[in-house]
Amino acid sequence: MNTIATARSAPMLLDSFIELPARERARALLDAGTFRELLGPFDKIESPWLPLQGVVCQADDGCVIARGTIDGEPAVVAAIESAFQGGSIGEVSGSKIAAALTMALRDCERGKIVRPVVLFETGGVRLQEANLGLAVIAEIQAAIVALRRHVPVVGVIAGMVGCFGGMSLAAALCSYLVVTKQGRLGMNGPEVIEQEAGIEELDSSDRRRVWQLIGGEQRAATALADQLVDDATDAVRSAVHAAFKLGLPAAHRSEQVDMFLERLARIDPASVTPETMRDVYNPSSAQHNARKEQA
Amino acid sequence: MSDTSLSRGARWFHALAGEPSSKAPVWSSDASLGGETARFIAVVPDPDNRFARATDNVVGLEQGWQLARAVREAIALDETSGTRRPIVAIVDVKSQAYGYREEMLGIHLACAAAVDAYATARDAGHPVIALIVGPAMSGAFLAHGYQANRIVALDAPGTMVHAMGKEAAARVTRRTVEALDALGETIVPMSYSMTSFAKLGLLDQLIENVDADAPDAAQIERVRQVLVGQIRSAREGQRDLSHRLESAAARKNRAASIEVRRRLAEQWDAV
Repeated sequence: MNTIATARSAPMLLDSFIELPARERARALLDAGTFRELLGPFDKIESPWLPLQGVVCQADDGCVIARGTIDGEPAVVAAIESAFQGGSIGEVSGSKIAAALTMALRDCERGKIVRPVVLFETGGVRLQEANLGLAVIAEIQAAIVALRRHVPVVGVIAGMVGCFGGMSLAAALCSYLVVTKQGRLGMNGPEVIEQEAGIEELDSSDRRRVWQLIGGEQRAATALADQLVDDATDAVRSAVHAAFKLGLPAAHRSEQVDMFLERLARIDPASVTPETMRDVYNPSSAQHNARKEQA
Repeated sequence: MSDTSLSRGARWFHALAGEPSSKAPVWSSDASLGGETARFIAVVPDPDNRFARATDNVVGLEQGWQLARAVREAIALDETSGTRRPIVAIVDVKSQAYGYREEMLGIHLACAAAVDAYATARDAGHPVIALIVGPAMSGAFLAHGYQANRIVALDAPGTMVHAMGKEAAARVTRRTVEALDALGETIVPMSYSMTSFAKLGLLDQLIENVDADAPDAAQIERVRQVLVGQIRSAREGQRDLSHRLESAAARKNRAASIEVRRRLAEQWDAV
């Protein structure tokens, strides 16, 4: 029995953050014992549009909103469940995120800071709810921009679905982005690019190439994400805590217009590769690597 | 106005704002509107764009960042004064740019920068109006128009709002284009028509009887008057997007959005 207990407590699969469903991810990021779900499955607010198209609903519409504390401070976590409709954003799931962020904004405006975390795991708009999915994503984006004037908005892209479509813009608006190697971040998924632009543009079955372009490691190496962590619950939790400790950035990434236009101007579209891009997008890290090579 | 080589967005830019003060792919200029100065912004085709996947009226890397720059210029111009010039986004965008370079170089961030700029302008008190004169598609519309205080559209063939192009949506949902159209008749958010978009409470005004490709002077003047009216309305209203949930149409077809917000607010603080 002792042997079994030891084996179970070993940090193996049990410790994986990716393998956790959305509810457990939210619970894991909040301080122990503080998790309280809002609009949970028993509230049964389901998509009004899926049944009309013969799709079975889920009682939480694939999105978990939880309040609690992070490092003792009031917090709210919005976690998207990839197991329901690929984490796609419908009217209800998206409105839950927008509403949670709007409530956090209201509290912040009243001087009561609430730490917001969004766990992105989504292909973007739920096509069965098309225009309403797009509309609520615009509302989520508006809420992030307003909220991050008061408190850092922290995004996590753990994988395995990744973060795509309009929600990739929402992720890019976050103050800090935590990613794992398994988390991909892009506006158009590889399949979409292959469909729209042809296989000579991108072969979506070439997994290695796709990871090199939009995988978490590359996103962190090019400073389009802030922290690369292992797929371990403790590591994700520490990174989220650390992000809040940093406080508000001097300027958000999406505000640095001149810097990014200047970087783009230095890119030669004909020759740029994921490797050479790193030198332009993350010069400090590139110098660091050069020094390492010299040493 | 009859130059058919110009995109609709470009033609409407000329009609409302005259000559652009910036080059393609993003045109912007300040021009008089209803007795004040307004900033007009449009994404136009750029056949010579160095990013080969972004030569059409689509939102790619340069488009996203240049939109952000055009909006932020207007914010900066008014920062120390009491005025907040209106910003009119002339929307004629087919899609975001689809390419591997775009993904690698962060098109998601470029589009987010545009979202950020428009939202920041709106929050700072600039009335932001989206004037839809052509397609307003998906991520491109998020970047250019969807953060507006007010959204108006020409009631004309070719204006539409949607999350995905029709052909692609048909492929992905394994339906024919005809079946997709039929579905849009019963399921409002699936429809591509502007009247359905209006039913969601997202459209503030549908401007009828305007030739979208070759408007005459009277039609252009009517569009101007619509913009002036919407600017006034935006100034009287909230700076956030709550207006979108307030119409009778929204109460009917976005009942779930309203319900989610109401009940989440009730549960926000523990009892």
